[in-house]
Amino acid sequence: MNTIMIDRGEMDTGASPAEPPLSGQAPPSTPALQSLPPSSSTAPALSVKDLCVYFGPNQVLRSVSLEVPARAVTAIIGPSGCGKSTFLRSLNRMHDLVPSARVEGEVKLFGQDIYGPGVEAVLVRRRVGMVFQKSNPFPTMSVSDNVTVGLRLNGLRRRALLAERMEQSLVMAALWDEVKDRLNAPAISLSGGQQQRLCIARALAVQPEVLLMDEPASALDPLATAKIEDLILSLKKDYTIVIVTHNMQQAARVSDFTAFFYLGELIEYDTTSKIFTSPSQKRTEDYVTGRFG
Amino acid sequence: MFEVKNHRWRKVKNGVMESLALGAAGLALVPLALVFYHVVKAGVSSLNWAFFTQLPKPTGEVGGGMANAIVGTFILLGEAAAIGVPVGVLGGVYLSEYGATRLNWWIRFGADILNGVPSIVWGVVVAGLLVVHRITLFGHVLLRRGNSALAGGLVLGLMMIPLVMRTTEEVLRLVPGGYREAALALGVARWRTTLQIVVRTALKGIVTGVLLALARVAGETAPLLFTSGVNLYWMRNLTQPVAALPVQIFSYAIAPYADWHRQAWAAALVLLVFVLLINVGVRVLTRDRFQQNR
Ligand SMILES: Nc1ncnc2c1ncn2[C@@H]1O[C@H](COP(=O)(O)OP(=O)(O)OP(=O)(O)O)[C@@H](O)[C@H]1O
Ligand SMILES: [Mg+2]
Repeated sequence: MNTIMIDRGEMDTGASPAEPPLSGQAPPSTPALQSLPPSSSTAPALSVKDLCVYFGPNQVLRSVSLEVPARAVTAIIGPSGCGKSTFLRSLNRMHDLVPSARVEGEVKLFGQDIYGPGVEAVLVRRRVGMVFQKSNPFPTMSVSDNVTVGLRLNGLRRRALLAERMEQSLVMAALWDEVKDRLNAPAISLSGGQQQRLCIARALAVQPEVLLMDEPASALDPLATAKIEDLILSLKKDYTIVIVTHNMQQAARVSDFTAFFYLGELIEYDTTSKIFTSPSQKRTEDYVTGRFG
Repeated sequence: MFEVKNHRWRKVKNGVMESLALGAAGLALVPLALVFYHVVKAGVSSLNWAFFTQLPKPTGEVGGGMANAIVGTFILLGEAAAIGVPVGVLGGVYLSEYGATRLNWWIRFGADILNGVPSIVWGVVVAGLLVVHRITLFGHVLLRRGNSALAGGLVLGLMMIPLVMRTTEEVLRLVPGGYREAALALGVARWRTTLQIVVRTALKGIVTGVLLALARVAGETAPLLFTSGVNLYWMRNLTQPVAALPVQIFSYAIAPYADWHRQAWAAALVLLVFVLLINVGVRVLTRDRFQQNR
């Protein structure tokens, strides 16, 4: 079913979180990056080059280039309206659905340009899943049907396999213990935090390689947020995660790398500890210390 | 300092307005009560088993029933649904989910005009197309000249299309965009997302729209007069005329026989109860939806 599937073995040998990302704005020549080993030996999960996104006449992203390492958590931060969601949505071709949107540049998923000629957006999205800010389980479906919906609508029929994937995904999403006795209950009977973890399980069930999360915890209370954060940390051994967040502490807690966007430009991209302790750009420092934004 | 001047006078004005509004709302119920009272009173005494099981008796003979017209009405509604539901629902899906173009504006505008076209005009047009000609294909006669169940079903179906299309569009628009995005982000194809997520989520609303459209055309008389015509016997196939309750009511009510008048009342009662049942069904459906989305 997955005709552009790249051998997942490539992920197994993927970059370790300790390796640096490449960035147009923060070239590897900076002292901090020089001290790290070069990343040429392993392929990044996503490599973005000169990405520009326009909505009608408005340019929202300005020539963004960065590389997202595999099996690590990369956080996108920046003030509201700077293009974080726009960037995230260009990584799985969600802009295809907006008639006024135009995407230029290159986004490579394990080496293959997802905007290249003949590439099906549908197949890209099977490999790059997404979790949204507002949890959106399907209201007409039960808990279990919500988890398996992606598989079923892509033609998987075998009940045993569906049940297995369902349990597996719910366990990974740290939700199984809470819902195993109410798998047939309507999904919308779950609490807000459970619904969001259900959406994560739903995204995991189709076994994507990359998981994009757009402020996945911003509508949740601290306890539910902590669960999601634990979940993100446990998922990164198998998945490449890109997360947009407004919460600096959250970015610091869960991410290995952090990219700071401002007015559609990538200002700085580095390891999270560097961004939060000694950023090279003044604007980054002002933002992470809460002086603006 | 927050005291209201003329407090009492305000209360009086408020009371007057409230009772006027209540009176107007109540007035709307008066015709409904009248219709019910008359139809039930005259209809119940004329209803009997024969009404549901027998064919009409020849002119002058007392007794008989409208079994053929009851079945005929269901046949016509079945044909109408076969035409109106797929075209109307797909049209509504198109308007809501695809093409945000000028064409949509025109389609919507056209549908709204069609909804206002008097039903007798529909009847005349379809009669002009199908009934006064013989329809042939490569020399084979598909439909002979004259009234037919096909022509009657077609009129009702055409009338349903704009009704179903607009309600479908409205309920699909109410489906939050987040569900579409969620499905697409799972790598589900657009058409599958539309059918199995968006339409599925709005299914109750769509069914409600279809039922209301059926209830609306079930009582149509004028367009059937020239199309499905009159048949005192069982219809043998769809190219023959077919009896329908509204038409039967019309022709019995204007006839000079007391027995036929009684039967017309009985038919009116049956039709009324049928439409009422559809509306109750709609209520049940929508209440259920409310509970689910609470
Ligand atoms: N579908 C769209 N059509 C037109 N303009 C859009 C669209 N989506 C986003 N924009 C514009 O693009 C800019 C960036 O939006 P985006 O949603 O990426 O910001 P963001 O960084 O995610 O902000 P927030 O933190 O508030 O979510 C905004 O100015 C927004 O108005
Ligand atoms: Mg956003």
